[in-house]
Amino acid sequence: MSVAEQTQESTLPSLTIVKDAACTFCGCVCDDMELTVENNRITKAKNACVLGKAWFLNHHIDDRPDATIKGQPVSYEEAIEYAADILLNARNPVTYGLSDTTCEAQRVAVAITDWVGGTVDTTTSVCHGPSGMAFQGVGEVTATLGEIKNRADCVIYWGGNPAESHPRHFTRYSLTPKGQFLPNGRKDRYAVLIDVRKTKSAKAMDEFIQIKPRCDFELIWAMRALAKGVEVGPEIEQKTGVPLAQLQALVDRMKTAKFGVILFGMGLTMTRGKHMNTEAVLSLARDLNKFTRWTAKPMRGHGNVTGADNVVSWSTGYPFGVNLSRGYPRFNPGEYTTSDLLLRGEADAAMIIASDPMSNFCQQARDHFVRIPTIVLDPKLSESAKVATVAFTTATYGINVAGTAYRMDDVPIYLRPAFQSKYRSDYEILKAIETRIRERQLAAS
Amino acid sequence: MSLLQIQGGTVYDPTNGIDGVVQDIWIQDGKVIAPSLDLKADRVIDARGYVVMPGGVDMHCHIAGPKVNVARKMRPEEKRTSPMIRRTALTRSGTTGSVPSTFATGYLYAGLGYTTAFDAAVPPLTARHTHEELEDTPIIDKGFYVMMGNNHYIMKQLRDGEPERLKAYVGWLLNATKGYATKLVNPGGVEAWKSGDWNANQLDDSVNSFGVTPRQIINSVAQAVDELGIPHSVHVHCNNLGMPGNWSTTLETMASLEGHRGHLTHIQFHSYGGNPNDQSTIRSEVPKLADYVNSHKNLTVDVGQVMFNSTTSMTGDGPLGYYLHKVTGRKWFSGDTEMEAGCGIVPIVYKNKSMVHTLQWAIGLEWYLLINDPWRIAMSTDHPNGGSFMAYPEIIALLMDRSRREAILDQAPAGVRERCVLGDITREYTLNEIAIITRAAPARLLGLKQKGHLGPGADGDVTIYSINDDKQRMFELPRWVIHRGEIVVDGGEVRSNKAGTLLHVAPDFDDAVVPDIQSWFEDHYSIQFRNYPVDENYLHLHEVVPTRI
Ligand code: SF4
Ligand SMILES: [Zn+2]
Repeated sequence: MSVAEQTQESTLPSLTIVKDAACTFCGCVCDDMELTVENNRITKAKNACVLGKAWFLNHHIDDRPDATIKGQPVSYEEAIEYAADILLNARNPVTYGLSDTTCEAQRVAVAITDWVGGTVDTTTSVCHGPSGMAFQGVGEVTATLGEIKNRADCVIYWGGNPAESHPRHFTRYSLTPKGQFLPNGRKDRYAVLIDVRKTKSAKAMDEFIQIKPRCDFELIWAMRALAKGVEVGPEIEQKTGVPLAQLQALVDRMKTAKFGVILFGMGLTMTRGKHMNTEAVLSLARDLNKFTRWTAKPMRGHGNVTGADNVVSWSTGYPFGVNLSRGYPRFNPGEYTTSDLLLRGEADAAMIIASDPMSNFCQQARDHFVRIPTIVLDPKLSESAKVATVAFTTATYGINVAGTAYRMDDVPIYLRPAFQSKYRSDYEILKAIETRIRERQLAAS
Repeated sequence: MSLLQIQGGTVYDPTNGIDGVVQDIWIQDGKVIAPSLDLKADRVIDARGYVVMPGGVDMHCHIAGPKVNVARKMRPEEKRTSPMIRRTALTRSGTTGSVPSTFATGYLYAGLGYTTAFDAAVPPLTARHTHEELEDTPIIDKGFYVMMGNNHYIMKQLRDGEPERLKAYVGWLLNATKGYATKLVNPGGVEAWKSGDWNANQLDDSVNSFGVTPRQIINSVAQAVDELGIPHSVHVHCNNLGMPGNWSTTLETMASLEGHRGHLTHIQFHSYGGNPNDQSTIRSEVPKLADYVNSHKNLTVDVGQVMFNSTTSMTGDGPLGYYLHKVTGRKWFSGDTEMEAGCGIVPIVYKNKSMVHTLQWAIGLEWYLLINDPWRIAMSTDHPNGGSFMAYPEIIALLMDRSRREAILDQAPAGVRERCVLGDITREYTLNEIAIITRAAPARLLGLKQKGHLGPGADGDVTIYSINDDKQRMFELPRWVIHRGEIVVDGGEVRSNKAGTLLHVAPDFDDAVVPDIQSWFEDHYSIQFRNYPVDENYLHLHEVVPTRI
């Protein structure tokens, strides 16, 4: 028999229930959604958090042309041809975004960039890029979220506010669920938040440690010292805002936990010290394995940014900011990252997949973006789509498109679409562009 | 219809008893057919004066999936100094080093004359990821082994005395992952590591959280695999890898496989005498273990040869990763997968100045040379653990030429000669024996009836070498490589970018067990049961290899 047999979705006229769908709004990629679909709208999203509900319930399919060139509606074929032109004529095109689409589409985007000798970069370069670099420096001791759920009796959240950024992280993975070796759920865990602000997440903790801004590194370093039994002076309180006794008690607790995890957010990776902070936190977790089991994990944001890291890594060997202009992959963050390429005016064309540099890059980068030919794939009329040379309206991944997304812990999740969109998927569009580019390249060679 | 004639080559096809005979090979629509005078070939390769062998089969390497990809991300420093794979009009670009990118991996294997390779360690939860990478690994046929040695459901059935359920689960899991074979990695020891008990070194150590032993896990999975008729036997990475004195654990593992088929992988790493607390006491115990394998027909091995090089150790053996990190002081990745597995990655350098490393090198060669029946041993470096698969030609040269081994032994650090018997071994491999351990035997051990030979019905996978006294040169640069009847490498140039075929099994199993698996799964996993199996329409070109029953 086939183990992957599809269980029948219950279908009433114009009402469908889709079970085990995944929410791709944040890195939790919860795959236990039960979506009620009525007339191409999701009217209920059982199990979703507030963010997930908003993602599903506000989802509607815009009425836009399939494709435009310089704002004018054109046929799909024309737009594909024009997009191929742009990429084939560019000397230094950049492909950017990728964190809000399927791995299937990501793979084609990397292929296109390889064939035309451009730069491929993902939103990692503006969020957890420093974690990636720290990882290259020291490695990482980590575990899947289910492992954390089943074993972690000491959980430290650092520089993040999961209650608001990853609302179901607490209940599904890290804080309250009953785990295999934690039969009493929340009661079996000791939870700490370390942050510069007392956010909503603090309420859910056993202990909140308010740290002075920009001294995460010093605090982690002191903890590493204490873990090793090296003396730390009381001046640490003045430096970091954390009394030595409190820190000592925390480190003692960490050493006697059975299994611990540090879940760190952008409050750590994007503050002063950046990848040094991440290196330090990864080292702290690693060191504690001398005493007991400890792990660390970045709290990745966007739905499939982890998939993008994986796809770019297996295709090129490097996770983001990869330049292919010499005919082979080169990696140099700061040089081959999109915001830098735009800022310095080096990119002479751009293809943006499911991202909106026009609403979040700096002015200089945006100025350059409007000067060069651009291709934008987006379900919405984003700021970038508005100024794009060629814009495609796309179906939304996860809601209208099947495929794979990777959870923040690298676990691949199948995306089960709720209903069809009249628009094409990123994958289809990119595949058509790739096919056209290959036809033209092979004809020319 | 396409018809290829390989004319007049000197054919080594051990499966069909052909040892250096000049004859034609005909391939029609991807399959070898009987030579025929009535047919007219679309293309003829003039192979007169060349050696013709079936395409190489690598039965144990690490080329796809989460741990391989983590290693890629972790080692940018070695990519900058390694040869690049340039994009061509037909093929993609890539990076190399000890962990090449996926496209590079496919091209490098093809360029070496290997047309089939299996990744040896995939946690079931990440099967989907592995399939995606394998689809991006061009040309070669491929598949993977599913890690089961620390699987909670299996340990639970053992504890509860439910062998039938255990067997059904093994069948279910192979179907769900679209995997090829079962893999045990440090059975029980990884679970011990994950739960903070460090390891399970001895076969009768109890895995605390379950109260079962490595011996029970090995024996019961071996039995399930045989009863389900899985083409490849259970594939065992023994407990206690790398420790001086571990040979006795290995011997006991062999004994625990009595009555079943069993494959012991990277056996080199498991053949050490000496005191576990003192690395300097390490010595070879290959003769005793090889004797045992020679006299027990149920057992087969691959070597896991260590070569002098800088590489990356990657293993499903979590505690081993930690051990290597402590020994080398290098950066370390460890990743625990819920309910299933662990993983350790550490950069490592094997130096010819090191007594221990040189001894490991010698121990690997002893295995090739002390196993009497080449049909029960396969070439491997446990890529990239002992070295890259790109080192196979060098290993071939070492096996075919005693003086090459002697030259290295002469330079070896003090103590190496005394701690092994390599220096006394005069055996040299023949081309026919090389053809056995690099293609015919691994194909047979995997139960791949269409691979590793050139008889009618075989897949048209052929490697054609220019004859050269320097065997390393000869095997490094095949003149032509043909995959399923298509010329994929011509004069060192890769001429194809096709995806290759995924090979997997789909054993029958008692599906009455599924509700029990489901309720256990829903209690403990962090994804939905229904989202776990990899659906068939998710795979690229694929073939189900039939079970033995
Ligand atoms: S936690 Fe994240 S993935 Fe889960 S439902 Fe909320 S937004 Fe969606
Ligand atoms: Zn291995």
